[in-house]
Amino acid sequence: MSTVESTTHGVPSAAPIVLERAAVRNWKPPIGLGAFAIIAVLIFVIGGRGGTTTFKLSTDSDLIQLPPIFAPVTVVTTVVIVLLFLGAIASAYLSFTARKTPLWLTAVFALLFLAAFLTWAAADATIPIPGLLVGTVGLSVPLIFGALGGVISERVGVVNVAIEGQLLAGAFASAVVASVTQQPVAGLLAATIAGVLVSFVLAAFSIKYIVDQVIVGVVLNVLVVGLTSFLFSKVLAPNAAVLNSPPRFERIPIPVLGEIPILGPVLFRQTIIVYIMYIAVAVVWFALFKTKWGLRLRSVGEHPQAADTVGINVNRTRFWNVSLAGAIAGFGGAYFTLGSVGGFNKEMTAGAGFIALAAVIFGRWDPIRATLAALLFGFASNLQSVLSIIGSPVPSEFMLMLPYLVTIFAVAGLVGQVRGPAASGKPYIKS
Amino acid sequence: MSDQIPAKGQVPEAPEPGQPATIAVAEPSKAQQVLREIMGGSAMISVLAVVLALIVGAILIALTDKNVQAASGYFFSRPGDTFKAIWDSASGAYSALFQGSIYNFKRPEFATGIRPLTETLTFATPLIAAGLGVAVAFRVGLFNIGGRGQMLVAAGAAGYVGFAWDLPFGIHLIAAVLAGMVAGAIWGGIVGLLKATTGAHEVIVTIMLNYVGFYLIGYMLRTPGLLQAPGSTNPKSPAILPTAVFPELFGPQYNLHWGFVVVIAATIYVWYLINRSSLGFQFRAVGENPNAARVAGIKVKNIYVYAMLISGGLVGLAGVAQVLGTVTSGFSSGIDAGIGFDAITVALLGRSRPIGVFFAGILFGALKAGGYSMQAAQGIPIDIVLVVQSLIVLFIAAPPLVRAIFRLPIPGVVKTPRTPVTAARKAEVSK
Repeated sequence: MSTVESTTHGVPSAAPIVLERAAVRNWKPPIGLGAFAIIAVLIFVIGGRGGTTTFKLSTDSDLIQLPPIFAPVTVVTTVVIVLLFLGAIASAYLSFTARKTPLWLTAVFALLFLAAFLTWAAADATIPIPGLLVGTVGLSVPLIFGALGGVISERVGVVNVAIEGQLLAGAFASAVVASVTQQPVAGLLAATIAGVLVSFVLAAFSIKYIVDQVIVGVVLNVLVVGLTSFLFSKVLAPNAAVLNSPPRFERIPIPVLGEIPILGPVLFRQTIIVYIMYIAVAVVWFALFKTKWGLRLRSVGEHPQAADTVGINVNRTRFWNVSLAGAIAGFGGAYFTLGSVGGFNKEMTAGAGFIALAAVIFGRWDPIRATLAALLFGFASNLQSVLSIIGSPVPSEFMLMLPYLVTIFAVAGLVGQVRGPAASGKPYIKS
Repeated sequence: MSDQIPAKGQVPEAPEPGQPATIAVAEPSKAQQVLREIMGGSAMISVLAVVLALIVGAILIALTDKNVQAASGYFFSRPGDTFKAIWDSASGAYSALFQGSIYNFKRPEFATGIRPLTETLTFATPLIAAGLGVAVAFRVGLFNIGGRGQMLVAAGAAGYVGFAWDLPFGIHLIAAVLAGMVAGAIWGGIVGLLKATTGAHEVIVTIMLNYVGFYLIGYMLRTPGLLQAPGSTNPKSPAILPTAVFPELFGPQYNLHWGFVVVIAATIYVWYLINRSSLGFQFRAVGENPNAARVAGIKVKNIYVYAMLISGGLVGLAGVAQVLGTVTSGFSSGIDAGIGFDAITVALLGRSRPIGVFFAGILFGALKAGGYSMQAAQGIPIDIVLVVQSLIVLFIAAPPLVRAIFRLPIPGVVKTPRTPVTAARKAEVSK
């Protein structure tokens, strides 16, 4: 536990607490990294494979063609294992001298592990790197929108378990409206409104009726699943041609940026929803931390009494920001229909809202970190599908498990005791 | 702490919303007062919430009914037709619901007419067990969304013992039940352990373990020698040996099995645990205020582990009841049938009190059993049940709303409505 030990247990308040410097040795990072290094040995040495893996860096349609990388499996895995152990030792040294393991070390460690794993898993096959990453972005889009909604809502002090419901409502509304009007933009608008409506219920019940926010969230998810599935079977399925065949957004390649090797196809040959997502992440981050609105929002989530004393209307702030969160999440829901699949289907979000919730907590209630966490989830689930096409030695179920196991490890080992907004989940009753 | 068994009522519990507070009312006549309390009391609210939810369900059914739509086309020439169609669709649906869940009047004698009620209890069995598990976690302030994973591993363990071991009648059943509950307890205990040792947020870990459990069981079900039926290529287990199957409670014409009796015993046990035992006292203390509990000398971290062990074991019992009672011909990875999530609503509806959970489970079991017959008889998708369930919980959670709709008096001086479930909180993860 990384608390300052000298301050605990009834030290009189007059004691010069600050003067005492507690050497805090946090052993979690080196233990975590060491565990992964040992796992690497287990996988790569005991399950050793020969051959050469080819990493394809360019798609055929690229203007600038990069040559593929050929990685001999034994060499790469051996080098990486050595590097991993060096990383773990470095981290242990830092902990021993009571310093923190820097984030870049963990990141490099993870990247190395990943590279070795890919090389090992795809021995004698080709991994299309752009394809892998394009799929990652695709799978992450709704997660990121959901996570942004979650961040805003929780920062203002309302736990948003209803992300799943907001995404699903958005997907449903966008499919129906876009089909009827044949205008995908109208679908986007409808998705936003649907997300707001779900949020209204969340806000009304948690703020006006002071019902426990987690309860409302869970129940809203069930309600939206029930409503959309009911309407799908009863109304949409029989009239699929009219009500459930929305037009999809086309990919819009951005002229110059789209030609950058690797990054171009991944980031700049996407649909309008993805471009809006880039803007949304930046705007939410900026607004939360650099504007008056964001300061007020965060103060309401951290200490509503204090916010109230300086004249901020706590409940009104909460109500409108929860609605905004719903709008963002609902917008993301439209990606399920207008961005990827096309038609609506029962429970088509398949737990994405819960993953987004995990990304919010994993990302420590920060829009950028939550986005990265969402990308990690997207990457892991896409990695599985890519590897299953190549034919990997690991049973596909274990590959599918991997992102969730990594999250558990990360939450237990690296993130540790995350601290959310202090007043999140607590209703504010003005007395 | 060990021998301190608190008497009932020693811990002042938060009055439930809507329950008359104990403060004396400015006394009108006794009869008037009683009437007011009945009209505005918690039981009345619950009944009205169910009625309200059913009304909303009826509106949905009527709106999507073909005959109603056809009749409303000429509403202004013959409005009677529309109302008749609305009445027909709603009453047809609900009489099918009733006849599918309580008593079927179309059957000549009582023995077959009562069969729907036993179906209700069969559906209620796993719901109650899992609901109890979620409720125990709620009382400690933990939110167990991991019902799916816990049920699946429990089903896997109980199923494996049930079909692979060769034991005499009685012992075999007990062994299988214990195996399942232990597996569920381990799956839940991991969460408690991680929370206690590393502070990992239980919401994330339970969600992640759901997926891990799902893929793990999925892998085992398609791997010969583990859970897959010999000679089969389907991801399905062999049938449970007859010695490990819960015997039928009322003979072979009913599906109701001894699992229901086990669940009754579990309810009594949980009641004893929460309300009478020393451990339960500590559970409630931690749930009300972990900081105060720690100051009082309760080992909060151990309590988290115990609570998740018990919670996981109870949810595991739901998986056991499914495998050894309801679906004995071999199970697939869909054996949890969404019960893990339904259990959350059951626990919420039962306000995390064992008796409340028991009856909430029966109510939801009735809705489920009736929902299927409604689907078969009237072509109304079973998803309507989800809508009704979630609305019931929403309305019950917000007594002021129900009172406002029905213009009920407020009984006595209502204290600030506090939510019954202290669980839900809060980013109080930080200690």
